[in-house]
Amino acid sequence: MTAQTANDTLSAARGTDMRRVRLQLLSVRVFIYSALIVWAFVALFPIYWTVTTSFKTAVDVTQGHLIPWVDFIPSWKGWRSLGLSPDTIFQTSTVRIEFLKRFANSTIVSVGASALAIVIGSLAAYGLSRFPYKFGPLRNKDISFFFVSQLILPPVVLALPFLVLYKGLALLDTRIGLTLLYTLMVLPIVIWIMRDQFMKIPIELEEAAMVDGATVWVAFLRIVMPLALPGMVAAFILALVLAWNEYFFAALLTSTNATTLPVMVASQTGSQGINWWSMAALSAASIAPLVLVGLFLERFIIQGLMTGAVK
Amino acid sequence: MVDTSGMSGHQIHGAGLEHVAEGRRKAGRLLMRAASALLIIVLLIHVLNLTGVIGFGFENWRPILFAYVLWSVALCVGQVFTRGELGYRALFVLPAVLFTVAMVIFPTLFGLYVGLTDWNLSSFDGRKFNGLDNFRTMFQDAFYWNALRNMVIFVLAVLIEYGIAFMLALLLSAQIRARKFFRVVFLLPFMLSPVAVSWMIGKSLLEFRFGPAATFARFLGWESPAFFGAPWIARISITVMDAWIFIPFVMILLLAGLQALPREVLEAAKVDGANAWQSFWRITFPLMLPVSLTAIILRIIFKLKLADIVINVTAGGPGGATDTVTSFIFREYRDRSNVGYGSLLAMFYLVLIIIVLTLLLSFARRRVERVT
Repeated sequence: MTAQTANDTLSAARGTDMRRVRLQLLSVRVFIYSALIVWAFVALFPIYWTVTTSFKTAVDVTQGHLIPWVDFIPSWKGWRSLGLSPDTIFQTSTVRIEFLKRFANSTIVSVGASALAIVIGSLAAYGLSRFPYKFGPLRNKDISFFFVSQLILPPVVLALPFLVLYKGLALLDTRIGLTLLYTLMVLPIVIWIMRDQFMKIPIELEEAAMVDGATVWVAFLRIVMPLALPGMVAAFILALVLAWNEYFFAALLTSTNATTLPVMVASQTGSQGINWWSMAALSAASIAPLVLVGLFLERFIIQGLMTGAVK
Repeated sequence: MVDTSGMSGHQIHGAGLEHVAEGRRKAGRLLMRAASALLIIVLLIHVLNLTGVIGFGFENWRPILFAYVLWSVALCVGQVFTRGELGYRALFVLPAVLFTVAMVIFPTLFGLYVGLTDWNLSSFDGRKFNGLDNFRTMFQDAFYWNALRNMVIFVLAVLIEYGIAFMLALLLSAQIRARKFFRVVFLLPFMLSPVAVSWMIGKSLLEFRFGPAATFARFLGWESPAFFGAPWIARISITVMDAWIFIPFVMILLLAGLQALPREVLEAAKVDGANAWQSFWRITFPLMLPVSLTAIILRIIFKLKLADIVINVTAGGPGGATDTVTSFIFREYRDRSNVGYGSLLAMFYLVLIIIVLTLLLSFARRRVERVT
């Protein structure tokens, strides 16, 4: 913009030049907006396709109809097979019961794991950002690295030991077992984000409180926590996304009781000759909660990732 | 991630805080010792029971878990009692440390041991120590090396994802209308579960008969659009799906970097007459290198765990062309119950990852230091 105003004052006489610059700016605008729209289409089309397919009948699927009310008349077919359409919602449906059970499992496990990770992760992140620790030869830097480096641990490494250990602990196919594992999975990310959050909060606030006689824990709970709350929400949502979508551990460690939604979706895709409409309805229902989270809490997710990225 | 140093000068130091009354200190020590003794006794009873030395004991290992939790609590309380103010401070990190140690160190060591045994869950023989036999088998296992080779290809694709994500981040940081709308829309794929995406894209959008992508490909003149038929096309299809989910993640990290750039430098470049292309390559890109490296390394870490999509869409096919290490070992566990061998493969993979990432990090750090 500055270059443009400089141009304005300098070259009132060079009108042709100005026209060229304006044309250039216009073409840049056109390029930017078309690129934005193309990518918006790429991001949205699979979701659009899934949602519309859940309202299609067999003929609409095979003929590749795309636009409701223009190409095809929406029907509740997919949702009826899930027991979630208006005419079946008040009848008993085994599929719906199954779906709701998986949905409840996913909710309990992912919310529980995220909450637990936020509590112990925030405490650790706060401690590491404020006090000098010495644990044998390990200093703060090493302890932080120990936590964050858990991120590189591939799930396959832990999968089998946990299969055997959980069998011994009678935690196989339980929600608690899965919750603990997911807590472990999201803990590095929570600590990574929260440490930067706490670093941003000026240390003088707590020092002032401690001069007034507050202990470290009172200073943390009363003064630092409220300031770090937005960051905690961000870390919580990020953890929630990862835990809700996890498939690998759930597929290996659960069988009937604690099965989560991704496992249910995967077990349906495996069968041949799938009903597209019911698969689409199931997929749409399983992504719906996080799509809503994304739509309404996008601010927090972006903020959380942003503090992590820039030092 | 890349930089964990630079935190001194922002810390509360404690001098002269060690003063604790002698009685409290004794009580704390007693508590910790009692809890340790309890943990050892419980463990001993169970082990002796399992080996048949004594005739009573527990049904499963769960009491040991409870004893560990109790011991952890006692340790925390004991810290406060014996070390006073410093104990209160230790209380912040102790829960996370105790949790991680129990959940990572012990299972990893156990996995290492299992990796050196011949153990198939479906055979009746049980566990047999067989030293380095699994290791030898691994070197002759063409499928495993094939999976590792595939991982290299998949990881290299991160660079393309990074390019696209960088472009999207630049678009979003340009002066545009409806920025919030585009930001939300661009973020959405990151929220979706890979398993759902496997169906949404892999099994329906890319379906060769009725999928819109196939219809479109036919329209463009590709006679029989089989997106998972030939090895390279299948690899590309898998990469595209995975990229579709994770590009938003990289994009947001880069967007954060772009917004933190010093505005004066960019303005100065404009005044000096640099065009957009020049100011990007001379200023924006070099300044973005540290953030870029964080983003790329994080993305590689996630990429190395790639499995859900492969398991659900191609199951490693055609002919192992899309097999990842994780999906290969998953089948080793699930279909063949070959846990001993599978563990060794997983351990070897972990060691490879650590070596490669360490090299990458030190290389990256040197590059960044030279440029900035």
